[in-house]
Amino acid sequence: MTRTLDREAPESRGLLLRIVPPGLYAGRPHVIVERAHLVYRRAWTAFVAGFFEPLFFLLSLGFGFGQLVSEVNGLPYPAFVAPGLLAASAMNGAIFDTTYNLFLKVKYSKVYEAMLNTPMGPIDIAVGEATWALLRGGLYSAGFLVVMFGFGLVTSAWALLALPVCLLIALAFAAVGMAGATFMRSWQDFDLVQLVVLPLFLFSTTFYPLSVYPSWLQAVVQWTPLYHSIELLRALTTGSVGWGALAHVVYLVVMAAAGVLVASRRLGKLLVS
Amino acid sequence: MLAVLEYQWTWYRRNWRSTSVTTFVNPLLFLLAMGMGFGSQVAAGPATGGERYVVFLAPALVVTTAVQTAMFESSFAVFSQFKWQRTFHGMVSTPVTPAQVLYGQLLWVALKLTFGCTAFLLVAAVLGALRSPWAVVALPVGVLTGMAFSSLVVAYTATVEKPDSFNGLYRFLVIPMTLFTGAFFPLSQLPGWLHPLAWVTPVWHGIELARGAAYGTLHPLPALGHLAYLFALVAVGVLLGRRFFDRRLAV
Repeated sequence: MTRTLDREAPESRGLLLRIVPPGLYAGRPHVIVERAHLVYRRAWTAFVAGFFEPLFFLLSLGFGFGQLVSEVNGLPYPAFVAPGLLAASAMNGAIFDTTYNLFLKVKYSKVYEAMLNTPMGPIDIAVGEATWALLRGGLYSAGFLVVMFGFGLVTSAWALLALPVCLLIALAFAAVGMAGATFMRSWQDFDLVQLVVLPLFLFSTTFYPLSVYPSWLQAVVQWTPLYHSIELLRALTTGSVGWGALAHVVYLVVMAAAGVLVASRRLGKLLVS
Repeated sequence: MLAVLEYQWTWYRRNWRSTSVTTFVNPLLFLLAMGMGFGSQVAAGPATGGERYVVFLAPALVVTTAVQTAMFESSFAVFSQFKWQRTFHGMVSTPVTPAQVLYGQLLWVALKLTFGCTAFLLVAAVLGALRSPWAVVALPVGVLTGMAFSSLVVAYTATVEKPDSFNGLYRFLVIPMTLFTGAFFPLSQLPGWLHPLAWVTPVWHGIELARGAAYGTLHPLPALGHLAYLFALVAVGVLLGRRFFDRRLAV
């Protein structure tokens, strides 16, 4: 006697499932994470290499540069620059992971088109990709924090919050990066990404204090997202936490929300047409 | 050979916008942020040869920028012509030989490095980062250092089947070469066991030459040694490149 196997019925649970139009979301973003895991299992060297880049910067800047500069804002230079590098690497990782990979998959390898022939919708893809980027970024950040701790650059128990904050930073930049990638026409447009990311990296008080700038430029820098990320992390690792930290958190949350909103809409338009 | 160069130039004339950012804008931003911004925190002292930090940094930054440009022009750009666009295969189906393809490509890289270094020096001069007219020596030195690295990478690229290996090259060779060979701070601040590693890299020799010339502290004998080493690297790269280009392209 034959019997049909029990199939997992699509369950209609979860808030997202109820509010988004059917076809956009199937509640299966974890499949994307599983796929990424399978892909990277074969390319784990690329994965590990990502950890070394900020480490090299920390060694060079903190301990080489550090001997040229005695103190910045009352901190020894390595302790000043380390949280800056941590935030910058969270940003870089998130932006490059989302923009390059997303563009490659949408435009060339057509991975998502294949996925959309299954019950999965564009929101599954957006959420899944973001989750993977966060997992990856989180691992790097955790590694970096351990190194910072090893060098004695962490001076406060607030630093325990640094990891979740890194994830928030990565989420905010990943969401905006993803939204941006949906507007790209060709590889040439990645120079524009560079043109945004590099100045952020160099000028957002990563390497030197805000007081270097004339006051009008200070105001400009204070509006940039990486500045808020760095300020927040620097406050946590050095223990000078005040209510102002909440403002930085709000900035990043708003940025993440806006990014996710635009990204999922644009992806929906690009893929389901 | 010149036909190959002409091809690159024709392509570049149509696509120059896409690379102008990485070639010209990035070094400018680095000079501003590191030289002026970070430099404002550094007191002029023995470590910077008694000069402002930006004056200390500028000659070395010409060299590291040249190497970064050389890296891209010799890895992805060359790989793409082997594998994706297959322009090299097209070239050797004409009377052009694989060796001529290699020479043409290297000439093209040298030309781009010359553009890049010139632009950088102009910007540095405007920012007041050059103190002595001898800083101009950084131009040929930057091009030579870039070529020492480029010729080796081009040879390597001819043996590569997947572009993934370039990421490792960039992260574990180019970045440490930029950060730990005396560009941003004197090598003497690093532990002694790291010094020999720096001596092997072309970047260290280039920086010694460029900074020594700018400060007027360069003695002829060490200068000859640095030059000889850089030229030797170019020669090794060209020999290897000829062999690998032949292997990959000869019909």
